Amino acid sequence: MNKDYYIFKSGRMRRKNNTFYFIDKEENKKSLPVHQMENIYVFGKVDFNTDFLNMLTQHNVRIHFYNYYGFYNGTYYPRSRQVSGFTVVNQSNHYLNEVKRQYLAKQFVSSSAFHMLRNLRNHKNYDEVASIMESMQSHLDLLDNVQRIPEIMGVEGTIRQLYYASFNYILPAEFAFDERTKRPPKDPLNAIISFGNSICYTTVLTEIYKTHLDPTVSFLHEPSTKRFSLSLDIAEIFKPLLVDAVIFALLNRKQIKTSDFEYLEDMVILNDSGKKKFIKEWNGKLETTIKHRRLKRNVSYKYFIRLECYKLIKHFIGDQQYKPLKAWW
Amino acid sequence: MVSGLHIQYYFVCHRKLWLYAKNIQLEEGHERVQTGKILHERAYKNSEEKELAVDNIKIDAIDGEYVREVKVTSKMTKADKWQLLFYLYELKKRGLNKKGLISYTKEKRTEEVVLTEKDEEELDKIKESIQEIMEQSYPPGVIHSPICTKCAYYDFCYAEEGEE
Repeated sequence: MNKDYYIFKSGRMRRKNNTFYFIDKEENKKSLPVHQMENIYVFGKVDFNTDFLNMLTQHNVRIHFYNYYGFYNGTYYPRSRQVSGFTVVNQSNHYLNEVKRQYLAKQFVSSSAFHMLRNLRNHKNYDEVASIMESMQSHLDLLDNVQRIPEIMGVEGTIRQLYYASFNYILPAEFAFDERTKRPPKDPLNAIISFGNSICYTTVLTEIYKTHLDPTVSFLHEPSTKRFSLSLDIAEIFKPLLVDAVIFALLNRKQIKTSDFEYLEDMVILNDSGKKKFIKEWNGKLETTIKHRRLKRNVSYKYFIRLECYKLIKHFIGDQQYKPLKAWW
Repeated sequence: MVSGLHIQYYFVCHRKLWLYAKNIQLEEGHERVQTGKILHERAYKNSEEKELAVDNIKIDAIDGEYVREVKVTSKMTKADKWQLLFYLYELKKRGLNKKGLISYTKEKRTEEVVLTEKDEEELDKIKESIQEIMEQSYPPGVIHSPICTKCAYYDFCYAEEGEE
């Protein structure tokens, strides 16, 4: 069972013989089991050297860095072992061919909207939520009539705006917000959404890397040099299904309170206790299992991300047309 | 170039053969594949020669007049037999006449394999069909066999949205 490790403190990473140690400022030494690791998430200020990176490569462990504010900085990836030129060439073909690209972009949007609507289904008794859902559905229906990528993006944007507007009806009053603000987040709800989305993004990226997909070739989002944009595409499906579900649970159960945030001059961020609470709930969610209808066994939410990657490969190599996950449970 | 693993996969599943040939490899980290690897590392402590790799052939061990292969279970006997025959044929082409032995560790049983002229003809045909499969533009379909659930490609083949 491979686990993820999170480092919030500042300190040093050391390799001694075949063991990792994290040594904090007070010289407390903690050994980390490299054989059972999959990812290390670093939120604190950490020193390390190339010995340490070599060991990560040997054991195929990724390390993700976040800045003080909890924003994603980057990842050290051991050189990928899964390489299939045939797959990458075909993946690129689905980007270059406008019709093929539009098909995939629409699949991501429709699955994303499906999961947003699914999150609201238990709140239909509020007239306001019911009418927002109707409006979301009618915009979703427009997807059949649009072709170009910016138009598809536009539909997605409108649906998401409507969706966020419903949050004020279903979350505790102290987390009310006017609009989605990203850089920087202006209120606690925006702060937790931003944090959750960036964690989701790295989780998806980790799964992509276990397959033969090229994370830089994307369809809904423009492939850009800045980011692994395929992970943004696939995250569209999982943000409402996983991140928002975690946020609703934490806020409605009052596990995360306004005191779990740090209020800076022009932005709000989750503080360490808030981040820890989020990550605990997030990991619990990822490990939750659902009986898969075709595999005929229980599959974790995290593994559903991998299966989405497999379905995309099958689509690219002309095996089976891609149908996105639409949670049926 | 056809290898021993291609022969194996040809008898097990054409789809697996095709995917493998396109470098869509999923064996990494799969439990049964790991068991096989460990078995190979441990099996040949005593034979005079371990591993022999020439061109497209990678032989576990040569022990006197025998080429040895070790397998976990005897479930794939036909595939195992042809893989070994393929090695014997390839060695023969290089001037080495050997016989084969397959050991099934679980059943503690060993089988002798001898290459005949008829086998050689059959192998030429098999190699030709392997080439044809590998050159197909699309993967062959899922075989839906009981062996699928044990395969490293199972999750890949069955990753799809089922109907209600």
